[in-house]
Amino acid sequence: MTEEKHILTMLVDNEPGVLSRIVGLFSGRGFNIESLCVAETIDPKVSRITIVTKANEPLVEQIEKQLRKLINVIKLRDLTGSGSVQREMALICVRAKLENRDEILRMVDIFRCKVVDVGPEYYIIEATGTEEKMKALVNLLKPMGIKKIARTGTIALFREPH
Amino acid sequence: MKLTGAQILMEVLKEEGVNSIFGFPGGATIDIHDNLEKTDLRHYLVRHEQGAVHAADGYARVTGKVGVCLVTSGPGATNAVTGVATAYMDSIPMVIISGQVPTHLIGNDAFQEVDIVGITRPCTKHNYLVPSVEELPRILKEAFHIARSGRPGPVLVDIPKNVQQATTNFKPKQKVKLKSYNPTYKPNSKQLRKVVDLIMTAKRPMIFAGGGVILSKGAEELTKLARSTKIPVTMSLMGLGGFPGSDPLSLGMIGMHGTYRANMSTGKCDLLIGIGVRFDDRVTGKTDCFAAQAEIVHIDIDPTSIRKNVPVSIPVVGDCKSSLEVINNYLAEEDLEKLTANRGPWLDQIEQWKQNFKLAYTQEEEIKPQYVVEKLYELTRGEAIITTEVGQNQMWAAQFYHFDRPGHFVTSGGLGTMGFGLPAAIGAQVAFPDALVVDVAGDGSIQMNIQEMATAVQYKLPVKVVILNNCYLGMVRQWQELFYDKRYACTCMDHAPDFVKLAEAFGAVGLRATRPEEVEDVLRQGLETPGPVIMDFRVTKEEGVYPMVPAGAPITEMLLV
Ligand SMILES: Cc1ncc(C[n+]2csc(CCOP(=O)(O)OP(=O)(O)O)c2C)c(N)n1
Ligand SMILES: [Mg+2]
Repeated sequence: MTEEKHILTMLVDNEPGVLSRIVGLFSGRGFNIESLCVAETIDPKVSRITIVTKANEPLVEQIEKQLRKLINVIKLRDLTGSGSVQREMALICVRAKLENRDEILRMVDIFRCKVVDVGPEYYIIEATGTEEKMKALVNLLKPMGIKKIARTGTIALFREPH
Repeated sequence: MKLTGAQILMEVLKEEGVNSIFGFPGGATIDIHDNLEKTDLRHYLVRHEQGAVHAADGYARVTGKVGVCLVTSGPGATNAVTGVATAYMDSIPMVIISGQVPTHLIGNDAFQEVDIVGITRPCTKHNYLVPSVEELPRILKEAFHIARSGRPGPVLVDIPKNVQQATTNFKPKQKVKLKSYNPTYKPNSKQLRKVVDLIMTAKRPMIFAGGGVILSKGAEELTKLARSTKIPVTMSLMGLGGFPGSDPLSLGMIGMHGTYRANMSTGKCDLLIGIGVRFDDRVTGKTDCFAAQAEIVHIDIDPTSIRKNVPVSIPVVGDCKSSLEVINNYLAEEDLEKLTANRGPWLDQIEQWKQNFKLAYTQEEEIKPQYVVEKLYELTRGEAIITTEVGQNQMWAAQFYHFDRPGHFVTSGGLGTMGFGLPAAIGAQVAFPDALVVDVAGDGSIQMNIQEMATAVQYKLPVKVVILNNCYLGMVRQWQELFYDKRYACTCMDHAPDFVKLAEAFGAVGLRATRPEEVEDVLRQGLETPGPVIMDFRVTKEEGVYPMVPAGAPITEMLLV
């Protein structure tokens, strides 16, 4: 059976130890985590966790059921597919030699990024977008020399019905 | 009402109908133990915390109520972990109270501090570190609710010492509000209608019943279903007693040491109705071959059990008993006479398997362990509460003691915990002081929690221990015999204590049988003796448990002797 990427998003009690329960479930049962994002929602008692995992169909079913079974998981949805909006963010510190600067700025423009810090030899670029866009950007910047990179995992929200 | 944390615990225990607690004190539980003494709650002082948890577990298994135990921080809590994992694997309702160092010391590697909530996260249904006395009543109420509802399980509540001492306004009988926890009890009746349609058309149906039937108190409904439709029933180790073992429709146990007819039926059936089971690997053998000709129906309250190990045609999430009731109601409107009239060929085939390969042994010069269990069954007329240790003794108890009622077979199925049987017997005896409670033990396992004999003697709990003493860690030896060219590495136990003298040292009675003709007398004498008794049966050393399905083989491919 083929493995596919799934974006699981869940509302959980914002309490100590909850993240550890979820991560422990993945490691204890041999499920895989590609990325993970956690932050408080509007309600300070509730956090949203988004996990990207890769698994075949029966395994995803099992992962979702196991997560739902945790007492602190209030609600869970699989946001894979076009019914949702998905974003990642990255901060990229790229080497900016004089001869490359124009090229980098052009890319920043095309990819609708922002330069958030400038030094004599580098730019720090802030980029947001889908996973594909981030990959494309990183690939184009690589030849210039990426000094450091910090990326978030995917966050996603269901599109509201129109 | 202004109460301390320890007093609040007493109040909630009373509210929850608790009257017996198994525990062991330490610096972090002094306040709780101090308050226990002032109530009517009975506290049983064990000799090791593992014993406390298994005793609470045994109590829960025979009563269906939540078992409660109480241990101190650090080593007290870690000693309890095996017991907690045992209860977790078998879905036993239990609340474990552990003392913890004061909140201001947590995280400092304080004396006897251990992160027991972290340690038990994967082997509890849920657990809590109580942050303040204000949260304590809510957490305790939630703990009992979670432990006993849905698929039951152990819940640990870790209470720091300063929380036990702090005071707050206590409101009795608080309601539990948990927005994220809502077990599905009511099954989908459309799905169950489909199950009934399958029952009406299947030619070779069988029921596979597990611990869920017992936990949901569904044994009567199951018996009604099987008898009205003449569908034979096999049981997992945990399901034994869920359907009368002496009923002609009983196939006995399924799986690695299941009966020939149960395993063969699974291979040939065209409908397999799994109720309250989880298709454990010890049951299914090679999953690709498991019930390969059958439509599989799976009824269970825990959605994660369904489609975890085997593909299922009709999944039903719900309480086993309620599901069985719905099925029986539908069946009441069907032509069951016509249905059962056609059952002949299938039941004949099963009878033939039964005649071909009975569970059997030949009694020779030495005592056969199976013979001891069979005699025990006869002498107790099948009415004793049997607990077991783990290994061959456990399998022989399962095979040769025919359980007709739920709550009479208490065994560590999922975790297979050696040392379970004696403390579990103590818990069962506390629940039913007048019942005959017998621990069928191995010489290896009994040494793991033998210290609990002192508990039995102290509280005058007349548990009987029947040791099938083969001087081996027999089950492991059997694997070595079959799959490791008889290299008996580290399984010979010829340096065991003299169990008769040991019993006497504890203040109990010790008896021994070395020859077959002594077995009945020793059993009779042991069972009639008023207090706790250890009976040491010197059995054939290298006897095997059969049938046996080698790990990973299809369950229809059994080694028969
Ligand atoms: C705590 C624990 N340790 C190890 C094992 C592995 N094990 C399973 S059966 C068995 C042998 C048990 O020996 P004994 O109690 O004498 O029973 P017998 O099989 O001889 O009847 C062992 C060591 C276990 N199940 N539990
Ligand atoms: Mg032995």
